[in-house]
Amino acid sequence: MIKRIIVATASLVFAVGCAQAQEVKVGVVLPYTGVGAELAQQQDRGMELYLKMHADAIKPYKITLIKRDAKNPGGADAKIAVQELLTQDKVDILAGWNYSPNAIASAPIVTAGKKLAVISNAGSGHITNLSPYFVRFSFSMWHAGYAMGEATVKNLNAKTAVVGYTDFPPGKDMLASFKRAFEASGGKVIDEIPMGGAGAVPDFTPFFQRAKDKKPDVFFVFVPAGDHSSAVVKTYNALGMREAGIKLIGPGDITQDNKLQAMGSAAVGLITMHHYNVDLDNLENKQFVAAWKKAYGADSTPDFMAVGGYDSMAAIVHVVRTLKGKIDTDKALETLKGWKYNSPRGPIMIDPQTRDIVMNEYLSEVVMQGGKLVQKPIGKIDAVKDACKTLKVGPCAN
Amino acid sequence: MIVAAIKPTEHLAALAFAGRHRPRVWEPAPWIFAIAFYFAFPNYLGFGTELLVTILFALSLDLVLGYAGIITLGHAAFFGAGAYTVGMLAYHGIWNEPISSLMLAAIVAALVGLGSGLVLLRTQGLTLLMLTLCTMALLEEAANLGHEYTGGFDGLASLPIPPLLGLFEFNPLYPRTQYLYVLIVLFIAFLFVRTLIYSPFGQSLAGIRENTLRMHAVGSPVRARLITCYTISAAIAGIAGGLWAQANAYVNLTTLSLDRAAMVLIALILGGYGRIYGGFVGAVAYMALAHFLAKLYPTGWQLGLGLLLVVIALFARNGILGIGEALLRRIRAKHMPQ
Repeated sequence: MIKRIIVATASLVFAVGCAQAQEVKVGVVLPYTGVGAELAQQQDRGMELYLKMHADAIKPYKITLIKRDAKNPGGADAKIAVQELLTQDKVDILAGWNYSPNAIASAPIVTAGKKLAVISNAGSGHITNLSPYFVRFSFSMWHAGYAMGEATVKNLNAKTAVVGYTDFPPGKDMLASFKRAFEASGGKVIDEIPMGGAGAVPDFTPFFQRAKDKKPDVFFVFVPAGDHSSAVVKTYNALGMREAGIKLIGPGDITQDNKLQAMGSAAVGLITMHHYNVDLDNLENKQFVAAWKKAYGADSTPDFMAVGGYDSMAAIVHVVRTLKGKIDTDKALETLKGWKYNSPRGPIMIDPQTRDIVMNEYLSEVVMQGGKLVQKPIGKIDAVKDACKTLKVGPCAN
Repeated sequence: MIVAAIKPTEHLAALAFAGRHRPRVWEPAPWIFAIAFYFAFPNYLGFGTELLVTILFALSLDLVLGYAGIITLGHAAFFGAGAYTVGMLAYHGIWNEPISSLMLAAIVAALVGLGSGLVLLRTQGLTLLMLTLCTMALLEEAANLGHEYTGGFDGLASLPIPPLLGLFEFNPLYPRTQYLYVLIVLFIAFLFVRTLIYSPFGQSLAGIRENTLRMHAVGSPVRARLITCYTISAAIAGIAGGLWAQANAYVNLTTLSLDRAAMVLIALILGGYGRIYGGFVGAVAYMALAHFLAKLYPTGWQLGLGLLLVVIALFARNGILGIGEALLRRIRAKHMPQ
């Protein structure tokens, strides 16, 4: 008897719940295991945090996240996950993609499935060209690289540069974008040094010694966010490159916020260009960081991947609210094209032509403040578009 | 009387040996199951296709590892060679007809197998293991360096694969064609491998695995047999890779990675190597578990898979099929008249 009552009540509650809340299913594909697990956690937490912070604004709609592990950058597992989210779970919106190869492999399915697909990380320039349903809320590698190339001449007065990069597509994109902007502004890249693959952290000494011997004004380094950057800073100091007057510069990947404090005083003086760092001085960022620390602990620090996840969810909520819970893909795309939003990274917009993000790039210098490493703003470029598509470079031309 | 009692048993053993290649009653079961899967789970065909490709890949590995006893950790070299053959020909607009590209994939992979086999198979044991690994790593790095042609780490995407036989479209969202296509190719390859292992050639491979010296002593051309076997296996792995590239309309560096080589090795050992159905059982067990656990617990599914592997490694050295065989032997022993 009691069992029956419980079942009846439960089904009643369920029925009422269904009637009240218009449910929108969002399929999230991220590498929850393996080497990308830490990056996926940042994005996942960013998404969850947005839902938590804006619970009132989302009512009466209900956003359900269906999370699937993309496992590795192989493409196949992510593709199967996307296929099943579309055909089994019948999701209304897709989100995620940490590794570019997975976004590239999923593109034909996204196109066939005709659902809005919000990219929260994958940064290879041409990805948004591969499916008309991709909208990117992270970055293109060209955002930071191209902006840094210009700023190195204008703000840092450098004439010569050596580029050291991890030898995989993001690294090659970084090299191409930095070189193009730097040389267009009047600088000269005097050496390009591939520094091993992304899989393991190499011994950087021979690469850095080669850079030092060329005596450039700046040494531009791109390595994947994570353990690589600590090794970069250590080697830079060990070889006395700072004393030799060579500035270490790079995109924000080398000063990833949740790794920065562990680098210690060796990181002081590092100059980076990026669309986000945790020290950005704006209201949205202060609220975001405070909520993050409250939710995930004072020791936990959000980084640009977390903001990618947060802004992706902001976009999804915007679509759900505008369309009143009934997700029509074409209308959703129209809603997002040209959409402006105040993100923790400052004002952002979706370029209606490319469906890629337009955002500010911040030039910062790492300084020690009260025993903590802080990224001090020393320059800013407003409303930066993905230069890869503007300049029609390589695969970005199609 | 005594003579009469012995004769039938002798006769039985001889009969069993002579008829060992005949199909068993249960042998159609996996194929019926595969066809039933097609109708029962139309939304799982993406996963099903990946599973069938892995089975084919495991079958090719079984030929070298299980039958010829060649220890290799670099079998993805041939998978990748086949995948890149299909991928690069299609991407650069040279050739993309599915069936003939698959044959080209087999030929290229076989050439890679022959070339590397001529050098590698002079060695044995750990040296051989290391060298197979190195071959694969060299190919992977070559594909990375030649990124203008291979697409590097990002791979070659949206390959233009035309309809099969000009009739059946490869739909990315509902991969029905892909599933049946891979299933048919798998069946043909299976028939070939099954015939091969029960042939005198296959028996000589088992002989080499069990006692190389004795095979030399009886005048068997050991090295030529091993190289032939390695080449055939490479061709089948190349077909598996080609199928993978066609089914996904995609190819990237992970087709040549240690992850793929290790995964298929684990699946084969899990199922039971040296048994033609070992790859079937192992791939299904490993991939189904990984797939559904990952669906339930996207962050912690590897724990469940790891536990299974530990249990199998501890208690079932011959894999899942080994457990079945041991049980069968016990039942038979019980029912056998003393």
